[in-house]
Amino acid sequence: MREFKILSPTAILGYGFPMTSWEEGMKRKPDVIAVDAGSTDPGPYYLGAGISFTDREAVKRDLAIMIPAAIKEGIPVIIGSAGGSGAAPHLQWNREIIEEIAAEQNLSFSFAIIPSDIPKDVISEALKKGDITPLKPAPQLKQEDINDASHIVAQLGPEPIIKALIQGAQVILTGRAYDPVVFAALAIHKGYDIGLATHLGKILECAAIAATPGSGSDCMFGYIGQDYFRVEPLSPQRKCTTQSVAAHTLYEKTNPYILPGPGGILDLHKTVFTQETDSCVRVSGSRFIPSETYTIKLEGVKKVGCRTVSFAATADPVMIEQIDEITLAVKARVKDNFSNLQDYFLDFKIYGRQNKTGVMGIFESKRDSSMQKTVRHDNSSPASDTSAELAIIIDAVAPTQELANTICSFARSTLLHYGYPGRISTAGNLAFPFSPSDIKMGNVYEFCIYHIMTIDDPCAHFPVEIVNLKGGVL
Amino acid sequence: MKLRELADVIRSKNAGPYELTFDIMFKTQEIYEKVAASGSISAASFAALYNIHEEDVMEIIHFHPAKAIKVTIVRPVSSGDLRETDVYGAQQHAPLMDFEVNI
Repeated sequence: MREFKILSPTAILGYGFPMTSWEEGMKRKPDVIAVDAGSTDPGPYYLGAGISFTDREAVKRDLAIMIPAAIKEGIPVIIGSAGGSGAAPHLQWNREIIEEIAAEQNLSFSFAIIPSDIPKDVISEALKKGDITPLKPAPQLKQEDINDASHIVAQLGPEPIIKALIQGAQVILTGRAYDPVVFAALAIHKGYDIGLATHLGKILECAAIAATPGSGSDCMFGYIGQDYFRVEPLSPQRKCTTQSVAAHTLYEKTNPYILPGPGGILDLHKTVFTQETDSCVRVSGSRFIPSETYTIKLEGVKKVGCRTVSFAATADPVMIEQIDEITLAVKARVKDNFSNLQDYFLDFKIYGRQNKTGVMGIFESKRDSSMQKTVRHDNSSPASDTSAELAIIIDAVAPTQELANTICSFARSTLLHYGYPGRISTAGNLAFPFSPSDIKMGNVYEFCIYHIMTIDDPCAHFPVEIVNLKGGVL
Repeated sequence: MKLRELADVIRSKNAGPYELTFDIMFKTQEIYEKVAASGSISAASFAALYNIHEEDVMEIIHFHPAKAIKVTIVRPVSSGDLRETDVYGAQQHAPLMDFEVNI
C-alpha cells in the first residue's frame, strides 16, 4: 500500500504560513491539501453574530495560494468549518472569497459547498423522540433553547465530504466539521484505516502546533501507510518529537485516550509514538470504534443582550484599599437611580489585585457560602490590598444597546466622583486611557446548545451543492 | 517541591465551552512517575486549590506518552458567560504553578 500524503498549511485558515514551508510541502506531492477554519474557543459571539473570527484578507491570502496550486496538481483542497463557526453566513462569506479568487486568477474548477445548519424543527423533533443528549457537563436541552438560538450547526463527519469527492469536487468548503475529517476524508475513501486517518487528522488540524517549537502559522505534513502514520514539520526550524506529538493529543481534550467524534470514538489506549528521524514521528495502534448509532455534535448560541464597557484605572492607595466597598456602593447607586430597570447586568472586572481575582474571576463567581475552605487566591480582605495600580473594566449588559450605554455611563460617572471615606483626591477617582471612555460592543451571546443528536444517515443534514466555476464564473 | 520546578509545561484551556482542562507535562519520565505515584494531584487536592467541589473534577488522567497528568473540571461558567474573565480558559493554570508536591 503506497503512502497517502496530506499537506496541512496552517492551524486555522487565515493564520498564514511561510512560502518556504509551503513549497517543501508541495515538493512532497500531497494527495490532498486540507485546512480547518474553525473553533469554539473564541466564545459564543462569532456563531451568534454570523461573523468570522479570522480576517478576510488573511483568509484570502491563504486560499489564493492553496487553490491554484491544488488545481495545477489535480488534487483537492478541503476546507472545514468555514468562517470559524460554520453557519450559513460564515459559509457564504468564505464562498464569496473563493469565488473572488477564482475570478481574479481565471480558475476553472468544480466547487462543492456543504452547509451544516440544522433546522430548528429537526432538532425539536429529535428532542421529543429522545434523540438528543447533553455533552456533560452541559445541561439538558430545553425547547426554549432551540427557540432562542441564533444559529445551530452540527459537526459533520467524513461521509458528506466523501460524497462531494465522488462527484469530482476539486475545492470543498464545509460548514461546521469535526476538525480531523477534512484531512481524513480522502484517505478513508481510498481505503486507509479510519482510526489512523482520524488520529493523523487530529494532529494535522493544528498544523505546526504539534511540532517543537510550535507555531500556529506554519505547515505540517502527514503520511498514512497500512498500519501506521508519520508526521513531520516542513520548516527546518521545527521538529516533531514523540513528546510534542503525544502532548498535542492532550490539547483541548477531556480525555486523551478516548476521543469521541461523528459515528464513533477514536481509541488511543494502544497508540505508540516512535521517533523515526530527527524531525519525524511514526504513530501506530490508534483505533476507530464505530458507535451503535451515528451521532453528531450540535452547537448553538442565543442572544442575551447588548454590551457597553468602559476602561479605567486607579493608582490611589486610599481607593485601592476600599475598592470592593466602593464598587458595591456604585452598584447600589445605579440600582437606586434606575429602580424602573431590573433586567441588566453590571460588573466591575478589577485587575491587578494581590489576590488575583481578575483573571481567576470565574472561580470567584462560582464560590458559594457552603464552601469554607480558604485558598491562596481567596484572600479578599480589601484592607490588605496594597497593589500599586488597579485596572477596572466597567461591564454593562442590558436588553438594548441604549440601555447598556445608560447603565455603563451612569456607573462610570458615579465611580469617577464617588466620595468614599477618607478620600483625599477629590477631582476624580479614575484614569481613563481613552476618549470616548465607553465602548459599545453590540450583541452578547451565550452557548445554549452543546449536545449530541442521533441521526440515521450521516449525509442527511449536510446536502452537497456543486457548482462548476469556469474562469471564475458560473 | 513546586510544580513549576518539576514540569516543562503547565497549561489550561477550554475543552469545549463547558469544561476546563489542565495539562502538566513533567521534565523527565522519572519525575512523572514519582508525581503520579505520590497521588499529590488528586480530585481532593485540585478541588481545594481551585476552591471547587470535588465532584466538579471530572477526570484525572495519567498520559504516559507525554509524561503528563491531565485534569479536566467543570467550567465554573460556560465560555463567554456574562461572568466570564477568560474566554479561552488559557490563563487558569496560575495556581498550579506553585502547587507543592511531595516526592
